[in-house]
Amino acid sequence: MANFIDRRLNSKNKSTVNRQRFLRRYKNQIKKSVSDAINQRGVTDIESGENIVIPKKDLSEPIFHQGEGGIRDRVHPGNDQFSPGDRIKKPPKQQGQGSGQGDASDSGEGEDDFTFSISKEEYLNLLFEDLELPNLEKNQLDKLIEYKTVRSGFCAEGVPANIDIVKSLQGSIARRIAMTSSKRKQLKECQQALEQLQEDKHDHVQEERELKIQIESLKEKIAKVPFIDTFDLRFRNYAKQAVPTSKAVMFCLMDVSGSMDQATKEMAKRFYILLYLFLSRTYKNIDVVYIRHHTQAKEVDEHEFFYSQETGGTIASSALELMDKIINERYNDNQWNIYGAQASDGDNWADDSPNCKSLLINKILPKTRYFSYIEITQRAHQTLWQHYQQITQTHANFAIRHIKEVADIYPVFRELFKKNAKNAA
Amino acid sequence: MVINIKKTLEKTTALNDCPDWTFELLAQYQTEIARVAKNYRLDTYTNQIEVITAEQMMDAYASIGMPIGYSHWTFGKKFIQTEQTYKRGQMGLAYEIVINSDPCISYLMEENTLPMQALVMAHACYGHNSFFKSNYLFKSWTDASSIIDYLLFSKNYIAQCEQKYGIDEVEATLDACHALMNHGVDRYKRPQKISLDEELKRQEERAEYLQSQVNALWRTVPDTKKKTDKKQHHFPSEPQENILYFIEKNAPLLKPWQREIVRIVRKISQYFYPQKQTQVMNEGWACFWHYTILNHLYDEGLVTDKFMLEFLHSHTNVVAQPEYNSKFYSGINPYALGFNMFIDIRRICENPTEEDRQYFPEIAGSNWLDTVHFAMENFKDESFISQYLSPKLIRDFKLFHIHDDAKENFVEIGAIHNEQGYQQVRQNLASQYNLSNLEVNIQIIDANIDGDRALTLRYTPHNDIELGKSKTEVLKHLHYLWQFDVKIVQETANGDDEIIAQCPAKEDKKGD
Repeated sequence: MANFIDRRLNSKNKSTVNRQRFLRRYKNQIKKSVSDAINQRGVTDIESGENIVIPKKDLSEPIFHQGEGGIRDRVHPGNDQFSPGDRIKKPPKQQGQGSGQGDASDSGEGEDDFTFSISKEEYLNLLFEDLELPNLEKNQLDKLIEYKTVRSGFCAEGVPANIDIVKSLQGSIARRIAMTSSKRKQLKECQQALEQLQEDKHDHVQEERELKIQIESLKEKIAKVPFIDTFDLRFRNYAKQAVPTSKAVMFCLMDVSGSMDQATKEMAKRFYILLYLFLSRTYKNIDVVYIRHHTQAKEVDEHEFFYSQETGGTIASSALELMDKIINERYNDNQWNIYGAQASDGDNWADDSPNCKSLLINKILPKTRYFSYIEITQRAHQTLWQHYQQITQTHANFAIRHIKEVADIYPVFRELFKKNAKNAA
Repeated sequence: MVINIKKTLEKTTALNDCPDWTFELLAQYQTEIARVAKNYRLDTYTNQIEVITAEQMMDAYASIGMPIGYSHWTFGKKFIQTEQTYKRGQMGLAYEIVINSDPCISYLMEENTLPMQALVMAHACYGHNSFFKSNYLFKSWTDASSIIDYLLFSKNYIAQCEQKYGIDEVEATLDACHALMNHGVDRYKRPQKISLDEELKRQEERAEYLQSQVNALWRTVPDTKKKTDKKQHHFPSEPQENILYFIEKNAPLLKPWQREIVRIVRKISQYFYPQKQTQVMNEGWACFWHYTILNHLYDEGLVTDKFMLEFLHSHTNVVAQPEYNSKFYSGINPYALGFNMFIDIRRICENPTEEDRQYFPEIAGSNWLDTVHFAMENFKDESFISQYLSPKLIRDFKLFHIHDDAKENFVEIGAIHNEQGYQQVRQNLASQYNLSNLEVNIQIIDANIDGDRALTLRYTPHNDIELGKSKTEVLKHLHYLWQFDVKIVQETANGDDEIIAQCPAKEDKKGD
């Protein structure tokens, strides 16, 4: 009459497809929500997903339904005070008694926005959809630097630690079979002959003795074949395989001179967050180096980087020098994918700008995968921008962009890393 | 002495009442419940009882209880919503979901305790199941043996379409169909039953045939001379309330696969049609039987006091009816109303009062089992309430009727639970469950096949209630399917037709 089925182990994500359909359909709203959310994150906070808010009206599934007005008769339970003919004043702006009969479980929710969480993966995918790391393809092949040791079959020579016992014993068995098979055959024949002689009623003493001797000698010969021989030994073979390194370092360079106010720094921070998130999609380990500078550069931690104020002039080349120094000391460009992001309001001591240019061209750009410079200012460009602009013409892994307000950051970022972009001319 | 012995004997046979269930224990309970159910003449489809996790339950929610559903974003949205409210603890999940199919599939949640599982089995596998098999609406509108096959067919078909024509196209078609899903039923015609073999066999020929018919209808060979006479002919000759059917058969530019999708949505809508009309009865019937069956087992000594206490706790939660001024009030609880009505019918049969004899002369004192079976088999919510809601129950629920006219700035109490009010309360409560009062009455009155192919629908208000604001949005969907102008008209006080919504919006429209 009844069959029981245990479905608990069946795949539970029957709705995954539908969930993806949903995300697909509301991609634009979700993307907007995602890029708004970027502002509230720390630079290296990438473990969490994100809450997405979509206005409810955008999600509606319209059907014909009864609207306002008209006459409605409803029956309710629990009368405690009313008599027929009682009149109760409607509160002002009454919405009517609700539109018809709905499922009790469906209604009851207010007009909230529709909020839900997406996973870290979904978040990053949406954030960086259609973006790619510049120069990745080109550089990856000539920069195969890290080696990984991988198993590659067996070989006959090696150190004892690498002996593969199973393989060796297989070899041993094979060798012993090969070396003794003809003798075993002879032995068998001799033994059969001996048995026949013994069964015979006549005496064959002489022949029997000969046969016995032969058998003994065969047995001895067989026993002499060694159980294991150096010939049998097999060693696990290892080979070195080049792998693209999965380590990256990101240099955040920022001008903290008096002209940079907190709002400008916040904008720069957002840019760094985006860059970090973006890199974290490709690389397993990412170091972040914060270098701040006014007339001198200094390596600092994240908090100090963003929140301590200094005054003074600006010499941008000091930061580039320090970056170069740190690369040489700690981040060998054979092993590390180096990215740089410099943010500034454009102020620089005029004589220093050519310096910056040559530092970049000669020392930094050859080692880095990508170096981006963003200028956050409302004013006209100054010497630094002009010199940097010259670099962009010769170096594909260098890009500069101008940001005026917060809303520019995400579009600028997308522009920088656009898929198949003709690398910023 | 004898009684004592009997009691101890019974005690030894009582079923295990530990909270944790096992499949062996479930099977034992199932056997006992089945025995008692048979005793009460509950005729059921074979049960297929599936144990699932909370997450799977949410999946089932998202697909409106269909065990197999085609892919669509609305199901994803539903799932996310359910997941959100469940995870925040705003909502518990149902203990079970049962599907009107043969074999009848019931989903039991893994985390239910053993007494809960017993309750759920009695409720779903014998209550709902027998309702599905015997109620006249289900009998005439659905075919339990083929629904799973049909759902599978539709899932595969739609997946194929997505591959052939792209997700976007299919999604847009489904969106449009969903918007009109409530208008996919012929209320006055007996529907044809659906079976997979037939569907598959007929699907392709139908696609071709349909297209040829449509082509014939829209043939553009000029027939100018007769045009003026023909203009008098209306097409369709009678108003059509089944909008999806009309679209499927007549929309001029739909592709064959789109017609098939319209058909699929229509068929699924038809499958759910009886459920919408029998919520009170169906839940009431199931509650009545889990209550009766488990009490029967208790009387036999098969279940313990401990079991019964937990059972009664859950049962009372399910059939609780908050009063109108309670913060938990959200309309009349169909479980409460249905359960109490069936209990009341039994009471009227077994212990009728004078009042009952006066109101229910034909059932007072009759065989209660015959009576509840008859009631279950031959009614839907509306008729069930108007037939069986007793004055006693109206008093117990303290029902009162509110008359609300939007033109007035007050609402009026029309009737309460007293001698003068019983009839009116009952009548109003019944019409509250009348589907034709709840769903809007909107019909296709004209498709201008000789002219601009514009489609005209008429909205006939019930009690002067306007058509809801979403009409323009829905019309866009209808326009997507019809692909020529569509408009809705409504008759004004002086008898003229006034356009209340149209698509494309008026600016784009060429003058008639």
